[in-house]
Amino acid sequence: MSCCESSSELTDPVSSSQSIASRLDEERVRAASRHLEGTLYQTDFIVADMHCAACIGTIERGLQSMPQVSSVRANLTNRTVAVVWDAQLGSGLEITNFLKRLGFEANLHFPGEAASELVDDAGRTLLKALAVAGFAAANIMLLSVSVWSGADAETARLFHLISGLIAVPAVAYAGRPFFTSALKALSVRRLNMDVPISLAVLLALTMSVYESFTSGSEAYFDAAVTLLFFLLIGRYLDHLMRQRARGAVDRLVHLTSKGGVLVEDGKSPRYIDLAEISEGMRLRVNPGERLPVDGIVVSGSSDIDRALVTGESNTISCQPGDRLEAGVLNVTGAVDVTTTSDASNSFLAEISSMMDAAERGRGQYVGIADRMAQIYAPAVHILALLTFIGWMIYTGGDWHNSIYIAIAVLIITCPCALGLAVPVVHVIGAHQLMRRGIMMRDGTAFERLAEVSTIAFDKTGTLTMGEPQVVGSTGVNSENAGLVKSIAGHSSHPAARAIAAHLDDTPVVTLSGIKEVPGFGVEAWYQGKLVRLGRLGWVAEIAVASSADTQSSGVAFAMQDEPISNFVLEDRLRPGAKQTIRGLLANSLEVEIVSGDCSANVAATARDLGIEKRSCEMTPAEKIRHIQNLQQSGAQVLMVGDGLNDAPALAAAHVSMAPASASDVGRFAADFVFTRPQLDAVLTARAIALKTGQLVRQNFALAILYNCIAVPLAIAGQITPLIAAIAMSTSSIVVIANSMRLNFYKDRFKQPPQKIDTELQADTISSTGHSPTERIAA
Amino acid sequence: MSHLLILIPLALGLGALGLAAFFWSLRSGQYDDLEGASVRILDEESEDAPSKD
Repeated sequence: MSCCESSSELTDPVSSSQSIASRLDEERVRAASRHLEGTLYQTDFIVADMHCAACIGTIERGLQSMPQVSSVRANLTNRTVAVVWDAQLGSGLEITNFLKRLGFEANLHFPGEAASELVDDAGRTLLKALAVAGFAAANIMLLSVSVWSGADAETARLFHLISGLIAVPAVAYAGRPFFTSALKALSVRRLNMDVPISLAVLLALTMSVYESFTSGSEAYFDAAVTLLFFLLIGRYLDHLMRQRARGAVDRLVHLTSKGGVLVEDGKSPRYIDLAEISEGMRLRVNPGERLPVDGIVVSGSSDIDRALVTGESNTISCQPGDRLEAGVLNVTGAVDVTTTSDASNSFLAEISSMMDAAERGRGQYVGIADRMAQIYAPAVHILALLTFIGWMIYTGGDWHNSIYIAIAVLIITCPCALGLAVPVVHVIGAHQLMRRGIMMRDGTAFERLAEVSTIAFDKTGTLTMGEPQVVGSTGVNSENAGLVKSIAGHSSHPAARAIAAHLDDTPVVTLSGIKEVPGFGVEAWYQGKLVRLGRLGWVAEIAVASSADTQSSGVAFAMQDEPISNFVLEDRLRPGAKQTIRGLLANSLEVEIVSGDCSANVAATARDLGIEKRSCEMTPAEKIRHIQNLQQSGAQVLMVGDGLNDAPALAAAHVSMAPASASDVGRFAADFVFTRPQLDAVLTARAIALKTGQLVRQNFALAILYNCIAVPLAIAGQITPLIAAIAMSTSSIVVIANSMRLNFYKDRFKQPPQKIDTELQADTISSTGHSPTERIAA
Repeated sequence: MSHLLILIPLALGLGALGLAAFFWSLRSGQYDDLEGASVRILDEESEDAPSKD
């Protein structure tokens, strides 16, 4: 057979290119490292499953014992480990592998990714502004209290001057984030929340300085600075959440292939960057690598995992002449492909242009805070202006008093509580989600998630784990189990891995002459007999003829001249899938499956989960169209998917979620990424989103209530600096206290991380307990 | 009145001291890993003990 020839021909290149691969990985580690001095490098690793003191201890002490490591520091907040190592004493790749051996999946953190910079300059600027505002507010308040409690005129004037001396530089420093934002909005002739804020602060300050130097009666220094202080808290929290959430998702970037191995006549294979790949090149794709661009197989044969690309759950075998899309994973044998595209027009590029188009629609969503600002800002200005005009008429042209009262209106309506209403809730909500293993990228995602009416699930990798699992076997006994496990352990094919995992407790035996035959399976010699594990037809060639049941699918095993054993493999459901679907249906939400897989597989999953609506064999473009049709008919769609083929649909949907196992593109397109295996993350996220929505509305109600009381007083000219200070502080504190209630929120689905493993197993058994028989019957 | 001349600068000075301390703690990275600090105290073989090098 031709495939066997090509596989033997490729035996040598495979081993040599595997060393190329590890050299390339080492280069990648270097690229992600910061060069300190001499041979010292600092590399940041992202270790997502670091949870507790024991994890930190294991990692830090473990890495410290490596010869090349000179210092390690784990950061639990960012889930990163900063390692300083000496390139003379060892390689950086060893560190990654060592972390893996310790049981932690480590990914590289590339310093060039601006969004995920660990040193967060904008946050620090805000924090410094917050500190300055806090310092000024506390001191000025102290002086103001003495004035209010009845200091004599001379002392009051002195105190006002001192307050002014503190307030003016403090506002100049701490107010910059608001002033720049307000100017930016005004320069494009728009109003945002920062315009009334800046106006109120600046006017209050100017007026107070004027008052201190002239009559010295009343000054609003404390109001101006306290205002800034509270608003900066809101601003900082807002920033913190955005930064952290975005960073958390970005930092999950895997070691994906960003290039390929070029094969040229008469030259040794070399690694080239994705940008250098052009049409017509011959690339070698080794097992475990993804194809960087589209191509046609020219030599070699292998099994190809297209799950992330098309949603197909079974691997397919490929032969010379087969066309492969960019992004497919090569599983068993090395293949050479001729590229049919470069990076700019590959399947991946097509997907990303589809995503851009889809995302433009969602970019128009305006968060509730901004919608409030659009109404609130003009209303406040008009109110202040009307107050001024009204008092001018009433007092017959006393402009000093009229301006004074109009400014009081501006100060009192300043959206202190409003500015805190949304960010505080969102920060606490995001924190609650993170504790439950869900990361979010955008604050408005909470609002969008709360509006959802239809939930569309992808099948492979989302409703299911995307990996096959043994659900039944025939003819496997204690005699051959060890043999099966040993031979399965020599293949990286998902089916072989599943079988090896299935026979976990069995002792292994020694085999010789192990050979992986791409597209067929693995064969080896044991005690002078040939044994094979793989496709049934191929295995049947050596087995006792009578036992061959060629109709059965799955993986077969046989020893020479002995009967065949069969393994039935099935992509198992994601833990908690049934419970999640039941929970969603109970909340009268529409649930459907949108899959790229073939209809038989989709139907089986739909039946297992009790989902009625399903569509199968969908291309990425069809998925987008389906989502858009749903949305046009009035539904708000939550798309849950993981693959490249889902990415455009994730971007098109009203809100989207992806498991952390998703393709990079899928993860970047999703609003929420859940890092735990359980699908009930969907329920948890929705429950918390509903709760945050409720709290935000309560906060707005509180802020409006405050305005209803304070604004008439201000218009009537009854506001003194004392009342302004009390009213503003209380309203802000009430809003913060109300938001804090989210911390006490307990959901039914909360699962402590240490329990996941046992639950996962329990769930696997229960979810597959009766389905295999059903499947075989069907 | 005269004691105010001492007390006010004193109060402001203490406040400024606190502000300076905060800026120092910010710069020295004490806010980089808030969650980690809270669990590290549970680690019996603390790596904050004098290191070997």
